[in-house]
Amino acid sequence: MLKASAAAGVVTMLTSRKTLAQSLPPIPTQPPDCAAPAPTNSPATTPFVQALPIPPVAIPTILNPFPTLAADTANGEAARANHQDWFQFFPLLQYNVSVQPTMHQFHPQIPPTYCWGYNGIYPGPTFLNIYGVPVVVRFHNNLPVDNIGFGDNNHTTHLHNGHTASESDGFAGDYWSPGLFKDHHYPNVYAGFNEFPPLGDQLEAQHTYWYHDHRHSFTATNNYRGINGMYLIYDDIDTGFEFPGQGPQALRLPGPYGIYDIPLNFTDKLFCANGEMFATAPDAVPGGTDKFCVNGAIQPYFNVQTRKYRFRFLNSGPARIWTFNLSDNNGNPVPMTVVTTDGNLLPSPVEVISTSSVPTLTGLTVYVSQRYDVIIDFTNATPGTSWYLTNVAAQFVGNAPEPEPAPGVNIGNVVMAFNITGPPPSPDQSQVPEVLTTLPNISKPMANLFGTRVWNFNDDVVGAEGDPANPTGKVFNVNGLTFDPNRADATVQQGSSETWLIRNRFPGTGWTHPVHIHLEEGRVLDRRNITVNPTTGVITINSQGVPPLEQGRRDVYPILPNDEVLIFLQFRDWFGKYMIHCHNLGHEDGLMLVRWDVTTGPSSTVTSPVYSDGTPNTGNGQVNSGAQPNITPALTALAPTFNLNPPGTSKLNRPGLKGSKKGVKA
Amino acid sequence: MNRRDFFTCHVADKSRPAASLGPGYYSNGVFRTHENKPVRFYDDLIKGKISIINFMYASCDKYCPRSIACLTKLQDLLGDHLGRDMFMYSFTLKPDEDTPAKLAAYAKGNGARPGWLFLTGSEYDLTSIRFKLFRLDDPLLDFSVDIHASMLRIINDNNSRWTSWVLPDPPRLIREAVSWVEPTKPFAVRVRENAELQAAIDKESVISAPKRAEFKRAHGWPEITAKYENPDGMKKLQTLFHAGA
Repeated sequence: MLKASAAAGVVTMLTSRKTLAQSLPPIPTQPPDCAAPAPTNSPATTPFVQALPIPPVAIPTILNPFPTLAADTANGEAARANHQDWFQFFPLLQYNVSVQPTMHQFHPQIPPTYCWGYNGIYPGPTFLNIYGVPVVVRFHNNLPVDNIGFGDNNHTTHLHNGHTASESDGFAGDYWSPGLFKDHHYPNVYAGFNEFPPLGDQLEAQHTYWYHDHRHSFTATNNYRGINGMYLIYDDIDTGFEFPGQGPQALRLPGPYGIYDIPLNFTDKLFCANGEMFATAPDAVPGGTDKFCVNGAIQPYFNVQTRKYRFRFLNSGPARIWTFNLSDNNGNPVPMTVVTTDGNLLPSPVEVISTSSVPTLTGLTVYVSQRYDVIIDFTNATPGTSWYLTNVAAQFVGNAPEPEPAPGVNIGNVVMAFNITGPPPSPDQSQVPEVLTTLPNISKPMANLFGTRVWNFNDDVVGAEGDPANPTGKVFNVNGLTFDPNRADATVQQGSSETWLIRNRFPGTGWTHPVHIHLEEGRVLDRRNITVNPTTGVITINSQGVPPLEQGRRDVYPILPNDEVLIFLQFRDWFGKYMIHCHNLGHEDGLMLVRWDVTTGPSSTVTSPVYSDGTPNTGNGQVNSGAQPNITPALTALAPTFNLNPPGTSKLNRPGLKGSKKGVKA
Repeated sequence: MNRRDFFTCHVADKSRPAASLGPGYYSNGVFRTHENKPVRFYDDLIKGKISIINFMYASCDKYCPRSIACLTKLQDLLGDHLGRDMFMYSFTLKPDEDTPAKLAAYAKGNGARPGWLFLTGSEYDLTSIRFKLFRLDDPLLDFSVDIHASMLRIINDNNSRWTSWVLPDPPRLIREAVSWVEPTKPFAVRVRENAELQAAIDKESVISAPKRAEFKRAHGWPEITAKYENPDGMKKLQTLFHAGA
């Protein structure tokens, strides 16, 4: 039955749906920006009057001209290096995406807003993919040549955190101008495919990605305009379906996409009375605004049945840190079960609830660009009532006074409502296994570490050049340097592994930096907090271990003021330029980015050695002057304390499934 | 807003670009150049121009010298744009110390060409534009004098495009940032530049396929000669599309 539908589906997909994919909305002319006078709040909107929009699925097509190994510059492709491993992972599917202006209505009470979006929609279409089916996506830059105000019409797309070769990674300096296109090769393989051919190590599976504009200096404004969307990859473990009979390996989490597997793209915006988005300056977006948007709708509702759902939380920025709580119709806290962190399955599900006694599990805090797949169980909810997802940061919404929708639930904090409609038409067959995955065994690379590389994320006023009396002037910098797309601050040898110490400035000015590393996901080995004794002045580094939600693999590592995090990284599959950067989009545009390269080696023993004009970087922005953020000896002494898996094969070694038991409580 | 702003900001001015944010946004306070000439901020400095703006003070001897040296080099990269459609403005952070005469000596000492103005004015006006152009919403930083010695704001009033960079990064990078607020080049020019970029990429030491293969052998990784085949993957994808689309 499935096979028959699959065969028929190929025809359907390539014919009738092709026309669907090509019917892009008309390109509107740009209305004037509303930079002056600055609105203090957006127009009032009534909550829960519009249904949650579900982004449509991206539809494959046949590209013309046909994609090529080398950049097809004669036909308008932007310059790039040849695709690495193009023939090994020859794309089986091709997608055509237009990055273009569009009008999008965020709420019925706010006039349509001039946006930029993938295929002219916001959020962009969701890509549904399978590990082992390589694809190529052609991104056409159809942004206006004469744009006014915020946003830049040069564009590059980063698949976050796609396991992609450098030329398809959307490196921040590799943007292309309107009228050109670029083919990004997404092989949809697990990390480590050289070591574990042909597809890589399945334990490195990552499932929830998002793709977004990464043009440096304008990432915040271009994302605020709307250039982002989601990209999901399934495999035979996370299949996207919940029905039985998929084999014992299948997790059977709630699905499929769009029905019980729902993306939630959170952002916040400030609107002027004419519906235009407000930017604080023509190159800056507001850091905290008054309209909570989910999938491009202000305070929407979502009709749910009394069963389990999988929600894919994404904080698409630009700067807000969300802390989510779930309340039922009586205002009582309801637990949410986290199954993936940044798209990577956790070893076991972790429950978060607003009243947790464990501080790190009190509410679900989502930093910019982090993703969490969350199972919410509405089985015991009362039909006809509503549950509320709230952001606990107090917020002025600009509404006429509204009654509390549930006791103790402030309407100003409500992000969206779940309206309980009734029982599902067929029984809920989904389950949340107690064991989701095992982590890759890293004892061998940990024993062969090249060393520990230190990255200081500074927001200094003084001292970034090593001399506390010497004002740097630079606000956002890494190791005292700002971004130059042509300068690599570190090179690592392909196949090597390192631990990286990512450190917020001490004493910090209060900023949190969600640090993102391209290419491979990392393992958090330790979190530490730096304190100083006010009387003696002695600096102490206090280890805090690994919090429950960082027990799995991550690609975004938030560092709070005075915090540092030690992570383990491998660089296995591709050569070329990658980045480590703060994913607060404003900080990123303030040049808090670093380019590092994977090369044939050897790895650099000095990090951030020179300014981009060749001047030696004497102090490197190290916290304590004198110490250098260079490679330090491997932390082998610490290794036994890490929770390393016993040596074994790369094959998934998971005990039998245990029915639909809820997750562990940490 | 003081009385002068009230009057100058709300007078309709047909001569300013349609896309301009206007004096109501930028304010229009009066500053004095190092040539001791009074100028209005919007009308004389911003309107219809590309402006490259930083803050400095003449007695700053820690960070400013490198920053100013960087701007001196930037002048050459701007070529004959400087003084025609592009202007550089260095505002003082210490108006009490920096008189027009002192700034004139500073300008001469740093080889400022026509089109690069050093400006002083009232504390109120200087702070107003500093907050308007460089605000970080962090009191520690916004009130810091030192932090502003490195920040560079680039504004094109004709299309209201802004960007920024930090000093003393290489002038090459700053010149590139200036080009982002300039009008987008004609398509033919961009296609030609794209071809030049491709030629540069091809010329760079791109790691060739044979070299990659050799590297994999050195690691003891298996060599993959055949294309990876996945007969089941497409079928699985079909079921996803049928359910989700």
